[in-house]
Amino acid sequence: MKKISFILNGEKRNAYVEPNDLLVDVLREKLGMHSIKYACGRGDCGACTILLNGKGVRSCIILAIEVDGQEILTLEGLSENKLTSLQESFIDHSSFQCGFCAPGMIMSATELLNKNPNPTEEEVKEGLSGNLCRCTGYTPIIEAVLDVEKKDVDKK
Amino acid sequence: MEEFKFIGKSVKRLDEREKVTGAAKYVDDIEFGPNLLYAEIIESPHPHALIKSIDTSEAEKMEGVVKVVTGKDFPYKFGLYMKDRYIFAQDRVRFIGEQVAAVIARDPRTAQKAAKLVKVEYEPLQPVFDPIEALKEDAVVIHPDLKNYPHVPWFFPKGGTNITHRLKLRKGNAEKGFKDADFILEDTYRVPRYAHCCLETHIAVGLLDYSGRLTVWASTQSPYTQRNLFADALAPLGFSHKDIRVIAPFVGGGFGGKAGVTMEIVAAALATTVKGHPVKVMWRRDQEFYNTYMRQQVVTKIKVGVKKDGTITAFEMANYWDAGPYAEYGANVVNASGLSATGPYRIPNVSIDSYCIYTNLPAAGPYRGFGYSEMSFSVESHMTRIANAIGMDQAEFRRKNGIKEGDPVAYGAPMNPNGLLEAIDKVADEIEWGKKEESKDPNKAIGKGLSIFWKAPAMPPNVTTSAFIKFNEDGSLNILVSGMELGQGYLTVMAQVAAEILTVPIEKIRVELPDTDRNPYHWQTVASHVTWASGNAVKRAALEMRDKIFEVIHAAYHYDKDSLYLEDEKVKCKLHPSFELPLKDFVINGIQTEDGTYRGEAIVGSGAFMPEFTSAKQDPETSQGGHPNVHYTVGAGAVKIEVDKQTGKIRILKAVEAVDAGKAINPRNVEHQIIGGLLQGLATVLYEDMRFDENGKILNPNFTDYKIPTFLDIPDEVVPIIVEVPQPDGPFGARGIAEHTMIPAAPIIANAVEDAIGVRVKTMPITAEKIAMAIANNKKEVNDFLMIMKK
Repeated sequence: MKKISFILNGEKRNAYVEPNDLLVDVLREKLGMHSIKYACGRGDCGACTILLNGKGVRSCIILAIEVDGQEILTLEGLSENKLTSLQESFIDHSSFQCGFCAPGMIMSATELLNKNPNPTEEEVKEGLSGNLCRCTGYTPIIEAVLDVEKKDVDKK
Repeated sequence: MEEFKFIGKSVKRLDEREKVTGAAKYVDDIEFGPNLLYAEIIESPHPHALIKSIDTSEAEKMEGVVKVVTGKDFPYKFGLYMKDRYIFAQDRVRFIGEQVAAVIARDPRTAQKAAKLVKVEYEPLQPVFDPIEALKEDAVVIHPDLKNYPHVPWFFPKGGTNITHRLKLRKGNAEKGFKDADFILEDTYRVPRYAHCCLETHIAVGLLDYSGRLTVWASTQSPYTQRNLFADALAPLGFSHKDIRVIAPFVGGGFGGKAGVTMEIVAAALATTVKGHPVKVMWRRDQEFYNTYMRQQVVTKIKVGVKKDGTITAFEMANYWDAGPYAEYGANVVNASGLSATGPYRIPNVSIDSYCIYTNLPAAGPYRGFGYSEMSFSVESHMTRIANAIGMDQAEFRRKNGIKEGDPVAYGAPMNPNGLLEAIDKVADEIEWGKKEESKDPNKAIGKGLSIFWKAPAMPPNVTTSAFIKFNEDGSLNILVSGMELGQGYLTVMAQVAAEILTVPIEKIRVELPDTDRNPYHWQTVASHVTWASGNAVKRAALEMRDKIFEVIHAAYHYDKDSLYLEDEKVKCKLHPSFELPLKDFVINGIQTEDGTYRGEAIVGSGAFMPEFTSAKQDPETSQGGHPNVHYTVGAGAVKIEVDKQTGKIRILKAVEAVDAGKAINPRNVEHQIIGGLLQGLATVLYEDMRFDENGKILNPNFTDYKIPTFLDIPDEVVPIIVEVPQPDGPFGARGIAEHTMIPAAPIIANAVEDAIGVRVKTMPITAEKIAMAIANNKKEVNDFLMIMKK
């Protein structure tokens, strides 16, 4: 076991990990970040997406030990206070059905909007194409992302 | 038209806030504490073999291993409609991946390591993978004991063969019908297996507490059905239903794959071996593909005769379904889709035989559409070809032969009110049917395809549902039901039904996810029947509460009950316009009268619903005489595609689908079902392509190799259309629409491909490769079918 330290949702956290522990398991099982979903185990579906130093990554194919000293944002961190305009927009559009893809999708869309606050429809599709959803046919998600009130895209 | 305040409104989803904040709990998000144990399954490497011996001693010695369980510990069969499935394999295995034993350990890694130490000795048997092969006289018999398996009375298994059910339907005189025909077309179509691909894999956690109560937390569509089957299968251990509790938190996709019981029974059974310890069984993505249900493959032979004017005179069909080695649920797919295999057509002479056949591929069963998608591919491809062959417009052909209210369906019962013709007209208009379009790119061709569809809920005739509703002190409501929110919007729609009766706004209503200890009975969330059935139960419960409210007002103020009504969360009186009493003032604490005493009670309501006109008592030789279905939901779909003649790639320029919701309680939810369901269907026809090796081992059990749609694969435009011809016995006229949305997808593509490039593909999927090869080889018909790779 090795001790690692990192910033999780704005707070310094420590964890003792084996060298082969996956980040998704450590965040979910040891740090209670249950918004992160485990669905494919090979980076295909994006359900476990988190932001690592502001960049969307698949926590099921990253070793926990690699994030020592880095900064992680999960959906818990995004939801702590007031919902972001993106989250509100998803609610307004009833975008999700079963909701299992939602946490990863929201993290990817947050990254997209942070980089590009006014994406075109094609840019939304391209930017989120690593996140699978089996329920919605994607259209209600695209509509919500395009319809985000631009004033307070998450600044975290 | 009646004015509604909540019905027919696209209110926001009740569960959306939980889902967008990560607050929504799925089974694996629940903390089970330090005593939680993990199970790892030892799986069969053989498609068909006898188990000679199992040696668990090495595994048991490993530190951290709590128990190793094999079939000897649970010699019980289970199944929804037929008991042909085992908790663990007994004397034989019947597909690659079948559960033979399980290691229960303190942590997952120990469980995985120990599982490798369990030694199983097998004697391989001849496997059979093709349903037609499995029917041959000399085929290996997969269930030698089939004749002794208990099953529902409408199944007809044939002992000593691989036929687990044969549906036989005869109406009129097909032979004569073909004699009367001016044109007859006969052909064979083939649909492979598909996977549901819920994002959340199957998971169940079982706990037998020290008092002897068994609780199972499961990702499921079927909490009550699971409790019933657990109680039944584990009856030798002495469980009563009341001592088994199934808790169903949010579920990450179902699509039929989490209906009935599959791996959950492993968690229930394992829990009984480690009292006081919760045991988690969670499928990895590959297990999700091969050890739950797949969609069945089917070979369909179809022959249809028509008059010159397009009138259908006869319809003959034989379906050979590959159910895998366990057909406890799949046989009902065969049954239900067989009864309705004509599609929504008025046909006087019909002959249908549907065979449910055991094979050594993984077990297959329910999948959104319940066999209708597969039937729709063959029937709707065939009808288009016939219309074209006799020189009749396809839409006109369907208008002419489309079933109308009161027409007898193939098993004789009358068709319910429906908007089929309206659906055809609306999609035809939207897709500009009849207008031929040319691509500007000479390498591309544009084509249009059309299809109609129907589907009835497939359920036992006496399925029942119930609901409780209770007021809180502030006049808000909790609704307890046991239908499952699979993402279709069930919770929201139930709230809308109660809101309409009780005038309580949606924001003040919670609808609780199932827990068999406290939520009342509901069979299971399948068959797209919950809006209709559970909606009726919730409506009745709300009406009961309204009666009680009026009773209280009458007792306190002596107003005539008939003069009272509810408006904006208040009781008002037609005879006393100045009277209004907010619900929150009395629904818990009652009303004080002049002498200081109170009138009233905590207002609660209960409601239940069971269709009382259905019956599965039909003649087994003809399927006539019963009334197996409650009603059909109908619709139509159309598509405009552009085919790249060099690569074969299809681009969907526009897709349109109309579905008759009876009354769309939440129109946006209906539209979202259409958009999502249609894409799921389009994926089955365009690129989902399951492959097995020559031993029946699935080769692509992951999202890298089994392609489900991404954001980049959606049609350029999707137009959802809602038709509303009320269902007389539905809540506010509503009927279900969720599964249906996927059904027209395959034939509209097949028909559009033919329209674009003159190639008729009779096997799914219609991949770019198939189209490019057909063009390159100048083929007009494609029969190539590749699901099992040869050496």
